[in-house]
Amino acid sequence: MRGAPGTVSALTAALRNGALRLPEVIEPYLDRIRKRNDELGALLHVFDEGARSRARELQRRLDAGDWPGPLTGVPVAVKDNISLAGHPTTAGSRILKGFRPVYTATAVERLEASGAIVIGKANLDEFAMGSSNEYSAYGAARNPYDTGRVPGGSSGGCAAAIAGGLALGALGSDTGGSVRQPAAFCGLVALKPQYGSVSRYGLIAFGSSLDQIAPMARTARDCAALYNAIRGVDPHDATSREDGAPVDVEAWSQPPRDVRLGVPRSWLAAGLDADVRAGFDRCCARFAKLGARLVDVALPDPSWAVATYHILANAEASTNLARYDGVRYGPRAAGVASVDVLYAATRGAGFGPEVKRRILLGTYVLSAGYRAAYYARAARARLALRAAYAEVLQCVDALLMPTTPTPAFRLGEKLGDPLAMYLCDVFTIGANLTGWPAVAFPVGRNPAGLPLGAQLCGPLGGEDLLLGLVHRFDGGEPLPLPEG
Amino acid sequence: MTYEAVIGLEVHAQLKTATKMFCACPAAFEAPPNSCVCPVCLGHPGALPVANRRAAELAVRLGLAVGATVRAHSSWARKSYFYPDLPKGYQITQYAEPIVTGGALEIETTEGSRSIRLVRMHLEEDAGRSQHPERSGERTTRVDFNRCGTPLLEIVSVPDLRTPGEARAYLVRLKQILQYCAVSDADMEKGGLRCDVNISVRPAGEERLGTPAELKNLNSFRHVERALAAEITRQVARLRRGETVSRETRRWDPAGGRTHAMRDKEAEHDYRYFPEPDLPPLILDPDWIAAIERSLPEMPDRRRARLVTQYGIRPYDARLLTATRELADYFEAVAARAPDAQIAANLVGSELLGLLHEHKLEVTACPIRPQALADLAGLRAKGTLSSKLIKQVLAEMLASGEAPEAIIRSRGWVQVEDDTQLRAWVIALLETHPQEVADYRKGKTAVLEFLMGQLMKRSQGRAHPEIARALLEELLGAKP
Ligand SMILES: [Zn+2]
Repeated sequence: MRGAPGTVSALTAALRNGALRLPEVIEPYLDRIRKRNDELGALLHVFDEGARSRARELQRRLDAGDWPGPLTGVPVAVKDNISLAGHPTTAGSRILKGFRPVYTATAVERLEASGAIVIGKANLDEFAMGSSNEYSAYGAARNPYDTGRVPGGSSGGCAAAIAGGLALGALGSDTGGSVRQPAAFCGLVALKPQYGSVSRYGLIAFGSSLDQIAPMARTARDCAALYNAIRGVDPHDATSREDGAPVDVEAWSQPPRDVRLGVPRSWLAAGLDADVRAGFDRCCARFAKLGARLVDVALPDPSWAVATYHILANAEASTNLARYDGVRYGPRAAGVASVDVLYAATRGAGFGPEVKRRILLGTYVLSAGYRAAYYARAARARLALRAAYAEVLQCVDALLMPTTPTPAFRLGEKLGDPLAMYLCDVFTIGANLTGWPAVAFPVGRNPAGLPLGAQLCGPLGGEDLLLGLVHRFDGGEPLPLPEG
Repeated sequence: MTYEAVIGLEVHAQLKTATKMFCACPAAFEAPPNSCVCPVCLGHPGALPVANRRAAELAVRLGLAVGATVRAHSSWARKSYFYPDLPKGYQITQYAEPIVTGGALEIETTEGSRSIRLVRMHLEEDAGRSQHPERSGERTTRVDFNRCGTPLLEIVSVPDLRTPGEARAYLVRLKQILQYCAVSDADMEKGGLRCDVNISVRPAGEERLGTPAELKNLNSFRHVERALAAEITRQVARLRRGETVSRETRRWDPAGGRTHAMRDKEAEHDYRYFPEPDLPPLILDPDWIAAIERSLPEMPDRRRARLVTQYGIRPYDARLLTATRELADYFEAVAARAPDAQIAANLVGSELLGLLHEHKLEVTACPIRPQALADLAGLRAKGTLSSKLIKQVLAEMLASGEAPEAIIRSRGWVQVEDDTQLRAWVIALLETHPQEVADYRKGKTAVLEFLMGQLMKRSQGRAHPEIARALLEELLGAKP
């Protein structure tokens, strides 16, 4: 990889001025995948022949003087819960082993229309339910900065692919922090767009009112390029929206003077890792130096957002996952006597323990006699949370906070303790419950060399503001990739 | 003690849209199995629903036609249950906020007309169709998803109905209005109109409602009426014996003529309703609703009254002719061209309808142009055709498509008034019927009708009835 462009912007510039040709760009990535993917567990399916022929096709267009789009030649990993027609799409679950969708997700179609090369499908926690990528039916992914540690989840495979040098960008999905937490663990920039900014058509649903397909890259500029390619209204997704002009980070080259950033000071107290805290303080200091004003704000205790989130997300998931019944696609239990036994045997063998736990929880909170106490209350709590965030945003332009309470943890460290795992999302789920955009970005590394992250959140329609601020922060320079 | 029944109906009407409720697949019912399907209606991973505006428009049409409230804001919900013909494991329906509330249907009963109130109407998607054919000795299940995702409108009545006959009258009325507004074909035999019934009984005069049972599998008006009668008998018998009626779902068994309790498992579901996150609320613009209201056709009641005043036809005929919008349209097209509207009403309402029925033809498929039928009415008004000849000419018009005058001319079917010809027919007839002649002369004048019938037959319907009758009486009265 030495000498190869390490960012989308550098690569596309080199292709455009003819300094690089596409086959020379793609081969090192395929090489690296061959060498490192088994260890990292980043990609579940690799499209080496597909990537090569696409590179040749794009180069022919370049040679003919054509410029296919702003992502021309960029090797991108797509999380394996996003449909790609004719290719395996497992959502990290045994219940979709061998399943090949008949249609392609809108976001992937748009990505390819911008010239990107989908190099493979990335590992994830089963149905995006998890924060460590250890709940994948196809094995854990590992953190390239320390392979004894998790890359985060659920978009862990995407993060490991970029940080491991197997791709330059990725499309993940974010329901409660699933691109931002892995971005923090792997030193990347990840945008959770405002709910509706990116079409969900083709994203295998987890919590439909929270899910967003979300771009991941190494810099804010690269992340914006991916986001611009996939954003906008889609007639196939009734919850998608047109959100005006594309993001232009270059317009943010001036210092962000007079931008007010709200810091929820009470969140920084107990439970925050000292290195994360130190990284966050450095981040605040740097934003202040760039001209932003930092203001303390009061937000509701994040623990009740966690409870609200798990009730709503699992309620939706319990119905979203009802379709995996072995009747129309996916593996089907054999030798069963009735359709009820068919369902029980197929689903019993097909789903992993975390998914079963969430289906049970979600079914419970919607059941007669419990719906009022759980689902309905959580729905009201969500409205209250939105109101509280909206009130804070009257006084500040965006919120600045840590992305995660700790840096990447060791494999197996939280597997026996689901509640500890759920608390990984404590700072990220607010953006999903409110629908606000949020960007996670690297703020350096701890003494052990592990990346540290922070995130900016809100306001509605604020993708441009958030990515612009992060662009000012990183200056287009990515965190160096780990050795290996 | 006498008992009265309290009956409420839940009717599912298939909406007449070109495409399905949440995807662009054609809503085609005669297509080969699983040929009208896509990732959305098959519940493939990641596929999302998009609501069909046309289905909402049809719901609004029906709502406005029955004086209901159309809600500017309605929303969608998921109703969860597992079944092989329900691909997502949930049905998208409207629950807390339906598109239409209130309204009423006027029905005709033996005691005059009654108003049956409606609770609500809501949009939802249909399920697929399961079949269980035997294949090499084993019971298999085959699922056809063509119907899956087609739009349904559920119409829920207040339990204002009191007898099986009223329930039937309600369904007849609902079907008529659905067809008038072109909201649904409402063809019960093809599953275009499906009916579930809630039925309880209570002592006459009692205010409190009894425990209701729900009846399923009622796929014709006749079955609804019979099932209700059987269920009322069953419930009353239980109460008379001092037993209670339990709240349960029962299946109608047409062969046995009784209802059976369904297994608890089939009947008792916790559907776990909650708001559908994939669909924003359905917001209807008041101007759009107003435009739909302006486009509504004249409803059958108003049209019936207008036909009576505008054309001077009998109320009985007006009711008959407004049974469907197409029939009323046809009649008006004939009446506008005919010299006598009542004759036109008789021709359309009895002669033509009977003939079409015989040939299993809908009025929309009638090959006789209104102008031709108006011409026939003109001939009838002039008295040049007997009613028997009218029938024959009409049958020929249907078969050959020729104009009535041409048929009469070519077949020589002009009425015979000529005394010589008539007299010859009568004399020949009397010679072959000496017994009847003798009876008549003994005072049994009733045989005259028989002889008239024979005479018309002999003349192939061409004898002018009044002249022939006078001649017959004259010759019978004459001594031999
Ligand atoms: Zn479809």
